[in-house]
Amino acid sequence: MVDNFTMSNELLIKNGRVMDPANGIDKECDVLIIDGNIVEVGKIEKSAQTVIDATGKLVTPGLIDIHVHFREPGDEEEETIASGSAAAVAAGFTSVVCMPNTRPPIENETDIEYVHRKARQARKTHVYTMGAITKGQEGVELAEMGFMAEAGAVGFTDDGSGVQDPSVMLRALKYAGMFDVVIAQHCQDDRIAGNGVMNSGYYSTILGLPGADPLAEEAMLWRDIQLVKKIRPGRIRYHAQHISTAGSVELIRAAKKESLPITCEVTPHHLLLTERYCAEYDTNYKVNPPLRTEKDIEALKEAIAEGLIDALVTDHAPHLQSEKELEFLTAPFGIASLECALALFVKALIEPGILDWPGLIELMTAKPARIIGVDKGTLGKGKQGDVTIIDPNAEYEINVNTFRSKSRNCPYHGWTVKGRVEKTIVGGEMRFEA
Amino acid sequence: MALIRKGKQFRWQHKHLLGLRDLSAEEITYILDTAKGFEQISTRSVKKAPPLRGKVVCNLFFEDSTRTRNSFTLAASRLSADVIEFTKTASSVSKGETLLDTAKNLEAMGIDIVVVRHNVGGAPKFLSRNINACVINAGDGFCEHPTQGLLDVYTIRKLKGTLEGLKIAIVGDIAHSRVARSCLWAMTKLGAEVIFVGPPTLMPAQVDRLPVSVSYSLDEVIEKVDVINMLRIQFERLGGNPFPSVREYSHYFGLTVERMKKAKPDILVMHPGPINRGLEMESEVADGANSVILEQVKNGLAVRMAVLFLVNQAAAMRG
Repeated sequence: MVDNFTMSNELLIKNGRVMDPANGIDKECDVLIIDGNIVEVGKIEKSAQTVIDATGKLVTPGLIDIHVHFREPGDEEEETIASGSAAAVAAGFTSVVCMPNTRPPIENETDIEYVHRKARQARKTHVYTMGAITKGQEGVELAEMGFMAEAGAVGFTDDGSGVQDPSVMLRALKYAGMFDVVIAQHCQDDRIAGNGVMNSGYYSTILGLPGADPLAEEAMLWRDIQLVKKIRPGRIRYHAQHISTAGSVELIRAAKKESLPITCEVTPHHLLLTERYCAEYDTNYKVNPPLRTEKDIEALKEAIAEGLIDALVTDHAPHLQSEKELEFLTAPFGIASLECALALFVKALIEPGILDWPGLIELMTAKPARIIGVDKGTLGKGKQGDVTIIDPNAEYEINVNTFRSKSRNCPYHGWTVKGRVEKTIVGGEMRFEA
Repeated sequence: MALIRKGKQFRWQHKHLLGLRDLSAEEITYILDTAKGFEQISTRSVKKAPPLRGKVVCNLFFEDSTRTRNSFTLAASRLSADVIEFTKTASSVSKGETLLDTAKNLEAMGIDIVVVRHNVGGAPKFLSRNINACVINAGDGFCEHPTQGLLDVYTIRKLKGTLEGLKIAIVGDIAHSRVARSCLWAMTKLGAEVIFVGPPTLMPAQVDRLPVSVSYSLDEVIEKVDVINMLRIQFERLGGNPFPSVREYSHYFGLTVERMKKAKPDILVMHPGPINRGLEMESEVADGANSVILEQVKNGLAVRMAVLFLVNQAAAMRG
């Protein structure tokens, strides 16, 4: 990825509001990147080959989304690693983590290498991937986590569904400890969730659709917390993916009080949309975990304000128009929101005063990097030169037809939002300019 | 059409009938009044009127039905429409034509009114968004069955004069019943008080947020109500094992001769059909003096004629 010329490659970003939460920096200054690495942050007087004027802009560590679906291999019509990567840099993400529920799933070292190769060819953003916890994501036998970890898998998950059998989950947590990798769980007890296609409650009742009770998520999260306690002390990291209910927040709060090695993430749709949006049977609102209630949104926001949430993620789940243009019961789950993610989090969290900008950036950079155990998400000296430049005041209308993603299943089309990514620099290279 | 003029300035606006939840009491009453005008057509020697002449009605049924389907077919032909039948198994992602494709095909054939029954809630609404024809919901999943709700309130109004102040029990598998939902909306809008009766395992989520009270005891409720609407146990929709056995269910929620002794003497006994005799209702009750089950079927025809007539009129007005 490094272009080795005899001359060194210099990039100087001048006069921006440099925001590096991990190092406690939030001030107007400059950032110098030489040969792909950050060399200096501060007032820099000398010149460079390339100078970018960032006056009035935020200069942050490259954004990191640890939960995306790029559908390759298997569903390349929906998204590819190339199209997803292009969408990612346009949205300010210099690193993403693909989920392994492709067809076939990412479940051995060759699969991991395949994802990395496709990412290198795309040459847009850093693409990491998690591997499956169990072979075929069937929840029965452990997949080769060791080999996958050595090939660069940054964690393991059977995302798309949860590991149902508690004995399998216990084994996975114990075994993963050998490699110091995170086990991420899509918390959903399938027996409670049944064939639910939206939140169980008043709206599922009047719409005549099968509902999934919040308990499906909470029961599995509760169970997993007990498993984590059982293994302690031991090298173990557990991450609850896309938590969506007030009950889950309670469980996380209690677990963190006990200092358990547990982290969690939240998506924009669980902060902005409620079950009420399903009332017209618009399948762009069909997502798993389902959209919940105002009460749940309030609880999630409170948790974010309290610092209980460790990462903001999109769960970018692209689907074809033809797949979504089906009856609500039949259409697939998922929202594609990678390309408007930052602005959505601004709307959900900064505009109502839940977080300030450094708080938001931390949850989109340093903290998620820590979950997957990669040395990223800061502008520290010597770190890889991943930088995102943001115009915090730019207002725009979300238009799905401008997406670089192959899919359009985004319910935010037409929303007016604030906060636009201006430039995305990956490893010192300009990969996106608005 | 003397009775239609009775509505005076009121104008029916909807080219689709997707459910009763979004209709006002005035709109529901207007359908019932229109149906009353059509009821006598079936008593004439020439059982036909011309309002839908030259129109094509399509029965698009993704689920089995005898009663509703025949009722719509008969209603459409009494109004001189041509009727085509379109029977399909429910669509799936992997095989067969999608509902959207089907809609486009119907559009291409120049269908004027689609009567749709589907096993998925919201399918008629989906269809209405993708087709120019009028869409009438003939039952979608466990969401709504508006013409059933209408014929039920029509029957009650005809026999009791009004729904205002009546107490009505709806008994059985509420969770999976579109009839219960459509009845609830129509009955409460017209001023009745509705009680859902059944085991907790067959109550829908957050039933407390609906305009209804809930009881688990048919014995307590039977004495109080003016109308009792017994739902069919839909074995095809029941997931898992919501009650231990049919015998135990009948014991607590079956309408038996014994239970009927506690009921008001003029109670109306209703059932949307087809009846599982001996399960939700004993034969003697189904065929007894208080039963209005066949009256419901008869009124269904008039109500469906009214609905076909009104949606077609609304579509014509829109041009």
